[in-house]
Amino acid sequence: MTIVSTYILRRLALMVPVLVLVSALVFVLIRAIPGDAVSLMLEESADPAEAALLRQKLGLDESIPVQFMYWSRDALQGDLGTSLWTRNSVTSEVLRALPVTAELALLSMIVAALIAIPAGIISAIKQDTIVDYAVRSISILGLSIPAFWLGTLMIMLPALWFKWLPPTDYVPIYENPIENLKQFILPALALGYFLSAITMRMMRSQMLEVMRQDYIRTARAKGLRERAVIMRHTVRNALVPVITVLGGQMGGLLGGVVIIEQIFLLPGLGRLTLWSIQVRDYPQIQANILTIVILTLVVNLVTDVSYGWLDPRIRF
Amino acid sequence: MQKPAVATAPGTNALGARDMLRPRVSRMRKLRRLARTKPLGVIGLVLVLVVGLASIFAGVMTQFGPTELAAVPLQKPSGTHWFGTDDFGRDVFARVLYGGRISLRVGFFAVVVGLTAGTLLGLISAYRGGWLDLILQRFVDALMAFPTLVLALAIVAALGSSQRNVVIAIAVAIAPNISRVVRSSVFAIREEQYVEAARSIGVSDWRIMARHILPNIVGPLIVVGTAYFGSAIVTEAALSFVGLGVPPPNPSWGNMMSGSARTYITVAWWMAFFPGLALSLLVFGVNLIGDTLRDVLDPRMRQR
Repeated sequence: MTIVSTYILRRLALMVPVLVLVSALVFVLIRAIPGDAVSLMLEESADPAEAALLRQKLGLDESIPVQFMYWSRDALQGDLGTSLWTRNSVTSEVLRALPVTAELALLSMIVAALIAIPAGIISAIKQDTIVDYAVRSISILGLSIPAFWLGTLMIMLPALWFKWLPPTDYVPIYENPIENLKQFILPALALGYFLSAITMRMMRSQMLEVMRQDYIRTARAKGLRERAVIMRHTVRNALVPVITVLGGQMGGLLGGVVIIEQIFLLPGLGRLTLWSIQVRDYPQIQANILTIVILTLVVNLVTDVSYGWLDPRIRF
Repeated sequence: MQKPAVATAPGTNALGARDMLRPRVSRMRKLRRLARTKPLGVIGLVLVLVVGLASIFAGVMTQFGPTELAAVPLQKPSGTHWFGTDDFGRDVFARVLYGGRISLRVGFFAVVVGLTAGTLLGLISAYRGGWLDLILQRFVDALMAFPTLVLALAIVAALGSSQRNVVIAIAVAIAPNISRVVRSSVFAIREEQYVEAARSIGVSDWRIMARHILPNIVGPLIVVGTAYFGSAIVTEAALSFVGLGVPPPNPSWGNMMSGSARTYITVAWWMAFFPGLALSLLVFGVNLIGDTLRDVLDPRMRQR
């Protein structure tokens, strides 16, 4: 077996205890939420007997450790439970919401890369000039403006100036790509700008690091045009760690997605989670948070592996 | 402490010789030099002071109360109501200032609690090492697998929304990250000779941690503390924004931007605009300070 695949296997093995702990943690947490689904469901007809029956049917009358055991047994068989409200399997609800979240996350990362990489290059080339200060300030500003306020502005300003509101009825990308992108571009810009800040900073410091290397001096000495020195020799070498930084921000990105979906009314995992918390839909909350965590872990793993793939000097 | 044997001439101290080589700088000059070498840090400091002081002295800054029904609803910003009024006729300027108090307080306590817990966890985990470290770090792994906001969201949902619970939620969400920073710093210091020396003369573990290790990680702690102060404030706002943070009618920048502010977004833009502006300016200032502190305190992370 190659070194890389043993590395991946070891990382996957390490994910197992983490997932067990995360599941248990979420399980206990969401059952501590005051009030339960049954009392919310039966708000009008508060008949105790009926409530007890419903609780029993939903498995809510057992103790929490017992409930967790049942849940784990089913989860291992790929059954994460049934939503207490829609009566659909929670997995199908997650699968319906996941593409929205994934598309938003991916677009945001693209936007972030498109902002951060050029900005980082310019800032590094013009180090300690007014241009550098301006680019860095704009980048720190991106880190400071919460995406949900930027998103609010993106809805507010066009509405005030052009009487234009972004579309609110979600259209899947395979049905109408243009309409779909119209919906996603604003939230992706808001999140991407936020995401670009740390990435840009990393790009800048990597550029400066690489620019001090001997091979850059060699490239200059042999009379290479500055443009070629920067683009071919510096940027290429500086990019590797930058990509890992971008991937490492997946956690922050998904947190932002939860909020921004609420603003732009996108039916993704974030909205589903907030809704489920409101109606105490335990299995659904559990499945959603677990999905978000798995997504984060997988992206981190892919990022770490791609690090070695992009830079053959790195050994695991 | 032993008095230095060197006679100290006026204008010098015990280390007079070295000090005399350095010209004496007046305080004004020092400030001006700081402004020249670290302009972004000074801008940050000014921003934080302006927003912070305005919030702390909200009672002096405005005649209106944060929940007082002061005027006709949905008025445009004017001389009397600088930031306009909301749908209940409450003064938005007053609410932004009082909301700032909550943001600052929640952010501050969340970072203090998170830093303390994270530092203890990281110290013990790294210093003891072995099995304890292995087990503690799996818990840290589990907590770090959550996006910060999602973990905070789940905790607040479980505990119920109140200022105290928001503080707990944010603290729990950032503590694991801080413990990792501490742990890796401690690993490096643990093997230093002075720690070995202390151990060999029989100094207790707690004393070594408190007297020899902790002072050496203060630099990175200040840097991450500042960074998390900014993100704690944003997290609080985000939680309040989705209705899981500070409960209304108490103003918080987050809850002022949600609810009716969204309903009236095209009619009364000022309702959602000003709280977000205050939030962004404050966090921007904190981040600028954090960046400067990193330059000064943590040479390894210094940007060239």
